[in-house]
Amino acid sequence: MNKRLLITLTAAVLLGGVAVGYTALSGAAPDNAAQSVPAGAGPRLMVLSNGKLSTVSRADGSREVTGQSCDRAYSAAGTISCLRPAGALKASELAVLDNDLRELKTVPLTGFPNRTRVSTSGRMVAWTLFVDGHSYAANGFSTSTGILDTKTGALVTSLEEFAVEGMAGRPVDTNYWGVTFTADDNRFYATMSTGGHRYLLEGDFAARKVKPLTDTDNVECPSLSPDGTRVAYKKAVDGDPQKGWRVSVLDLASREITELAETRSVDDQPAWVDDRTVTYGIQRDDGLNDVWAVPADGSGTPAVLVPEASSPAPLG
Amino acid sequence: MYLSTIDKPKSANWKGLSGNVFALGTVSLVTDVSSEMVAAVLPLYLVIGLQLSPAAYGLIDGVYTGATTLLRLAGGYLADRTNKRKAVAGLGYGISAVAKLGLLAAGNSLTALGFVITADRAGKGLRTAPRDALITLSTPSGDLGRAFGVHRAMDGIGAFAGPLVAMAVLAASAQSFDAVFVVSACVAAFGVLVLVLYVRDRPEPVQRKEPLKLALLKDPAVRKIVLAASLLGLVTIGDGFVYLLLQKREGLAFGWFPLLAVGTSLVYLLLAAPLGALADRVGRLKVMLAGYGALTVVYLLLFGPLGGWPLLVLVVLLYGFFYACTDGVLMALAGPVLPERLRTTGIALIQSGQALAYLGSSVLFGLAWQFWSPEAATRIAAVAVVCALITTAALLGRRR
Repeated sequence: MNKRLLITLTAAVLLGGVAVGYTALSGAAPDNAAQSVPAGAGPRLMVLSNGKLSTVSRADGSREVTGQSCDRAYSAAGTISCLRPAGALKASELAVLDNDLRELKTVPLTGFPNRTRVSTSGRMVAWTLFVDGHSYAANGFSTSTGILDTKTGALVTSLEEFAVEGMAGRPVDTNYWGVTFTADDNRFYATMSTGGHRYLLEGDFAARKVKPLTDTDNVECPSLSPDGTRVAYKKAVDGDPQKGWRVSVLDLASREITELAETRSVDDQPAWVDDRTVTYGIQRDDGLNDVWAVPADGSGTPAVLVPEASSPAPLG
Repeated sequence: MYLSTIDKPKSANWKGLSGNVFALGTVSLVTDVSSEMVAAVLPLYLVIGLQLSPAAYGLIDGVYTGATTLLRLAGGYLADRTNKRKAVAGLGYGISAVAKLGLLAAGNSLTALGFVITADRAGKGLRTAPRDALITLSTPSGDLGRAFGVHRAMDGIGAFAGPLVAMAVLAASAQSFDAVFVVSACVAAFGVLVLVLYVRDRPEPVQRKEPLKLALLKDPAVRKIVLAASLLGLVTIGDGFVYLLLQKREGLAFGWFPLLAVGTSLVYLLLAAPLGALADRVGRLKVMLAGYGALTVVYLLLFGPLGGWPLLVLVVLLYGFFYACTDGVLMALAGPVLPERLRTTGIALIQSGQALAYLGSSVLFGLAWQFWSPEAATRIAAVAVVCALITTAALLGRRR
């Protein structure tokens, strides 16, 4: 046989073997993967560990990692929302799971997963994706935000369908992101950007309308406290998003704003562990995320709550 | 490992094209499978895995692409200077292959990833000109259109298959990006092996007396073709803009976006070889100008009378036709004008001129879009193409 051909074939077999072998091994699920999100045994947090849905004990920090992959996740009252790639290259999907990781519903989506939330009762699920294709302009990102009512199955694929109160017509340059629900499973808060401003908005799911709260500006990614009296959000430093984001808390009744002790720029939608503590992910220099916690009243100092994790959500 | 010298040179494939052209075509096919696999998942990896904003990704992508354009010139110059085109091309293919593994090693570090992506683009910059020079040196000048047509068609098959392979790997590996990078590295390594074993260089004695680049630009014929190529680059707006305008106008679901590119490359790879052969028969300039004619129609159609499916299909057909008429044909047109011992430098010069002009055109088009309207911007682009077309005909027409 021709020597050159022999070398070619040998190389093809060897390289092919490595390629197929590596792919097959990556596909195998880890043996010790948990099959469900354990309940009880003290308060726990749900997080993503290296993209896998996990739970962490708040008492001793022990972690159980499941085989479920998500890019963003949140959980409340036995409902898990998981934004994950759907196989094809750019498509994503929302998977609504129960605590045994059974799929209750999936919603096909387009874009890059960005935020997701579940209402405290576990009934309402919201998500935000980055939709690219608008990256020709420096600040030209575009988002798509939807809400699912898991009880009735009502699905709103884009908040842009909703009427905007207090604005003539429907502004064309509107973007919505970062939904947080109130306890009545109908009203919600979110971010609305239009005309270069980023407002907090109050929305009404049943009435299909949103109302920008124009006394807020340059704030985004709200998160309502468990007692429903305050909103934690990211506030642009000196009103300029280029300077970074300060985690702050707005008292809904008094409109008083408290800057929290975290001075680093935070790019995450905060989550409340309880009425006194706010958590969020911060990316380290090596690209991994840690989940941090800081008191909600502006006192104290931030501390790592869960190392090498993202997407924190309190589990009772 | 210079086994290729042992064997008889292969020749007389597909009506007389040299075996070297098919060997280079195979290398490009294999390498494009590898690089397009990664290109298809990289945005997803950076934005989701590493939480880069899409805008930042676009910026990084543009900057890296622009910076490595200059490496083409360096690669071309080096290849001519040392008379080792195969070695320089091989270095380029090799760097890109190693860079695929580098993606794995870089992990989550943005600095390391930036370095690896730059290395990958640098490899591409290095290899393109020596590869095209080898094609021109392995082909009688009357067959150049066909040779480039065949090469670009094979290249296109690779580019077409890459994203599909990536999807298959993702599906088989439970969405593991690492698996995509490993498979891509294996495929790229195989491409380098095919190059080493099957591609023959054209070693010949060189006499270098004069500084190479200066000599090249003294030749008015070379100046004209570099000028024409840059001019045509300047009036070509980015693919992204064309697809984006189509998507906006037709309100296409975002999932259709990649399909527009896939459709265009399918048309391109099917037409590249036949149009290359046609160019050899009726004249390369004519075919190239016909391509730019088609581009004018595409720009006008973006805000034209047609709509719906007929518009989408027609634009994809014309856009693929444009690429098939121009990409390889320009090289075939340029080849005979460039002196053999400066061929790689000359090709690199043309490609760099065009690439830099193209970068400029994207910025200009973006500005026109913002300050006037997308509609006005495409109309201006169409008029600009017609002007460039007439200028090119005047510049290059008399020679033939």
